[in-house]
Amino acid sequence: MKNALGREIPEYIEGIGKLEPFEGAWAKLSKGWMDEPTIPAPNKATLPHQSKLCDSLQEAIEKANPKNGMTITFHHHLRDGDIILVMAMNILHDMGIRDITLAASSLNDCHDPILPFIQDKTITKIWSSGIRGKLGRAISRGAMDLPVIIHSHGGRVRAIHTGRIQPDIAIIAASAADCEGNATGSHGKSAFGSIGYAVIDARYAKHVIVVTDNLVPYPCIPLSITQNFIDTVVVVDSIGDTSKIASGTTRITNSPMDLRIAKLAADAIEYSGYFEQGFSFQVGAGGASLAVAKFIREKMKKQQIKGSFMLGGVTSYCVDMLEEGLFETIFDVQSFDAAVSKSLFNNRRHIEIPAALYANPFNCGCMTNKLDIVVLGALEVDVDFNVNVITGSEGNIRGASGGHSDTASGANLTVVVCPSFRGRIPIIKNSVHTIVTPGESVHVIVTERGICVNPLYKHLEENFRKAGLKVVDIHDLKKEVDGITGISRKLKFTDKIVGLVEYRDGTIIDVIYELEEK
Amino acid sequence: MLYIPGNNPAMLQQGGVYGADSLLLDLEDAVALNQKDAARILLRNLMQSIDFYDAEVCVRINHLSTPFGLADLEAIVPLQPHAIRYPKTESAEELMALIQIIERIEDEHNLPHDQMEVHAMIETALGVQNVFSIAGCSPRVGALTIGGQDLTADMNIVYTPDGAGIDFARKRIVMAAKAWKIDVIDTVFPDINDEEGLIKETEYAKKIGFTGKAVINPRQIDVIHEVYTPTDEEIRKAYKIVKEFLVNREAGIGVFAIDGKMIDAPVVARAQYILDLANVTVEI
Repeated sequence: MKNALGREIPEYIEGIGKLEPFEGAWAKLSKGWMDEPTIPAPNKATLPHQSKLCDSLQEAIEKANPKNGMTITFHHHLRDGDIILVMAMNILHDMGIRDITLAASSLNDCHDPILPFIQDKTITKIWSSGIRGKLGRAISRGAMDLPVIIHSHGGRVRAIHTGRIQPDIAIIAASAADCEGNATGSHGKSAFGSIGYAVIDARYAKHVIVVTDNLVPYPCIPLSITQNFIDTVVVVDSIGDTSKIASGTTRITNSPMDLRIAKLAADAIEYSGYFEQGFSFQVGAGGASLAVAKFIREKMKKQQIKGSFMLGGVTSYCVDMLEEGLFETIFDVQSFDAAVSKSLFNNRRHIEIPAALYANPFNCGCMTNKLDIVVLGALEVDVDFNVNVITGSEGNIRGASGGHSDTASGANLTVVVCPSFRGRIPIIKNSVHTIVTPGESVHVIVTERGICVNPLYKHLEENFRKAGLKVVDIHDLKKEVDGITGISRKLKFTDKIVGLVEYRDGTIIDVIYELEEK
Repeated sequence: MLYIPGNNPAMLQQGGVYGADSLLLDLEDAVALNQKDAARILLRNLMQSIDFYDAEVCVRINHLSTPFGLADLEAIVPLQPHAIRYPKTESAEELMALIQIIERIEDEHNLPHDQMEVHAMIETALGVQNVFSIAGCSPRVGALTIGGQDLTADMNIVYTPDGAGIDFARKRIVMAAKAWKIDVIDTVFPDINDEEGLIKETEYAKKIGFTGKAVINPRQIDVIHEVYTPTDEEIRKAYKIVKEFLVNREAGIGVFAIDGKMIDAPVVARAQYILDLANVTVEI
C-alpha cells in the first residue's frame, strides 16, 4: 500500500506486525483521542530498608532475570562517550541470552562493538531514533533479518505507552545516584545534564537498573529519576568517556558557509512574523543550526525582544541567552556540554523535562506544540520540502530522526538549514532517499543560495520579499545546483526492507531498502 | 572585495553566495608556481559556468614580467570580467603597456574597449610615489588598491596592526583615487579571528576615504558592510538635506539652512552619497 507521500509501505511484516501508513502530519492526531490504549506500567514492591545495591552490573542483570526474546532499553544522554550499553550487551551475550530487542533511544559510533551481537543473533530487533557508524552501515547492507524501526524522540514515548516497545529491562546510566536509585545527570564527574529520555524507561520497564560512577549520600538531588521505579543500583568505575560525554562549552562554527546559511536563516526568522516578544525557540547543536542562535541573539538584543522559552537539546549558547535574560526559561530534555549541566543544577529557570512532556504526540499537549520557531538540519531535502535526516547520500543509515519531526510538527515556523551541496553531492533532490519529516510541516529551507518557501505557506514568501531577502524557488535552486554538481548516480537496492521509519504518531512514513552494493 | 584563490574550485564555485560586492579571483600570489597553468584553465572554464550573482568579478593576473602574465590575459580578457587587477603596478607606462595588450586581445575577439576596467594594485614604494600618474593614465583605470603585505615587505618594515608604516601610502593612494574620481580599496586585514581589529581598521579606512576593503575570509564581509552601511540616523539626516535641497532648488534657492546650519552644494553631495549607499531615492 502507498502512504500519503506515495511511499510503498508493506501492510504486515512477520516479526514486526501490522503497519499503518502515514496519512499526514496531523491527520491521526486531529481526532483528539487515540484508539491505541495505554498499557499499564508494572506494579512492583520492595520491603522496607531492603538494599538495592549490587556489586556489579553482572549481578544486577542476573537479578533482572534476563530471558531470550526480551527487550532491553538504554538512553543516549552520554552520547559518544557511553560505555554502559556495550558493557551490558557483553554481559548478556556471555550469559547466552539471545533474540534480544534493543530499544536504545539512540545508537552512536561508540556502540560499534555490539555489531558481532547482531551478526550472531544475540540482538535480533532494534528500535532507535538514530543509528550511526558500523552498525548503520551493516544494517543498511542487510545484517539483520528484521528491519530496524526508527522513531522520533516523542514517538519513542508513544511507542512505550502503547506497548509497541515493552521494556523488560531498562539500564539507566546516571552521573550521580543514591542507594535507592534516585538519580540525575546534572552533577558528578561524568555529568551529562538532562536525563529526560530515560524517564519513560524507568516508568515502564519491568526491571530498572541504575548504573552510576558517583554514589552520593541519600537523597540524590535533583530527583531526575525517582527511586520508586528503580529495582537495583550498581556502582561502576566509570559510566563513560567524559571527553566524549560533554566537554567545555559549545562553540559557534567558524565555517563561512555555515555562518552564511545561519545569517540568511536568522533574517528569515526576523521577518517571518513570529520573531516577536515572548516567542519560543529551539535550535540544534551543530553547524549552521546553532549558528542561527548567534544571529538571533544579536537581533534580540538590538530589537529588545525577550523570548519565552528555549526547548529541546540545550547548548551552553542557550544557557548564555538565558543568563542574559533573553529567554525566561529553558526546558531541557538533552544537554550538549558541561556548562549546561552546571546551569541545569544551579538555575531554577533551567528546567529538566522528560521526553513525554517534550514531544509525545499522544497526550494533551507536549511542549513542541507550543514552539514558535525551530531550526533544524538535514542530510537531504526535496522539492516537496520533505527532509531526510537518517540515510546518507551513499544510502547508509547514518543519522537520527531525533526530535526532527516532533518539533517540525509543532512549530509555527520550521526552518531547515543545509548547504545546497556537500562536496560534490547535491542536497536538494527531486525526492529524498528517506522521508523522516514530511514537507507539509516544513515552512522554509535555507541554503547559502537563498530562502526556499514551501508553497503551502505563501504568506512567508510575501514577508521575505518585502524585507528584501533572497527568496528562491526550490525547483530553480535544484536546477542551479545540479548544474554545478551534476546529478548523482542512482543507488541500487534489493527488495529487502532493512528499516522502517515511523512518523511520530506511529504510522510508517518510509521504508529503507538494503543497499545492493556491498 | 573577497579574495578567492584561483586554484580552489570549492571556494570559487561558492564565491557569489557570501554577499561580497566584488570577488577577486586570484591567479597571482594565492597560486603556487606549479599550479599556475591549472588555475588559469580552471578559472577560464569556471567563469563561464558559475553564477556569481550580483558580485562584480575581478581577476588578478600575474605580472607581465613573469612567464604567466601574458597567458593569463589571453585566457581571461575574452571573458570580459568586470576588471583585470594588475599587481605591483609601479608606473603609468607599464599600466599602459598592459592596457595595449588587453586591447589587442579584445580586438582579436571583436570586443569593445570600454567594458572591462583595469585596477592598479599599488604595493611597492615606487608605485606609491607614482600613484597619481598611474591612476590617470587611462579612462580604463577604474580603481586603485593597496597591497599592505607586499608594501611593508618592499619597505623593509614589519606590518603592525595600527598600520603606522603604510599610513602615508594609504592616504596618498586615496588622494590619487579621489583626484581621478575612481574607487579605492583598502588592503586586507589578515587576522580573521580579530573582529574588533577588523572593525577598527575598516572604520579608519572609511574615515580616510577608502570606498571599500578587501577580505580574505567571507566571515569578514558582514563586518565591513556594517561599517560602510550608513546608520538610520545618517540616512534620515541625508534624506532631509536632499529633500530640502530639491524643494529649495525648485524655488531658485541655492544655499539654505537646516536647524541653523548652512547647507550648500558639498553638503548636499555628501548627503546624496549616503542615500546612494543606502539605495534611497528622494521624491518631492
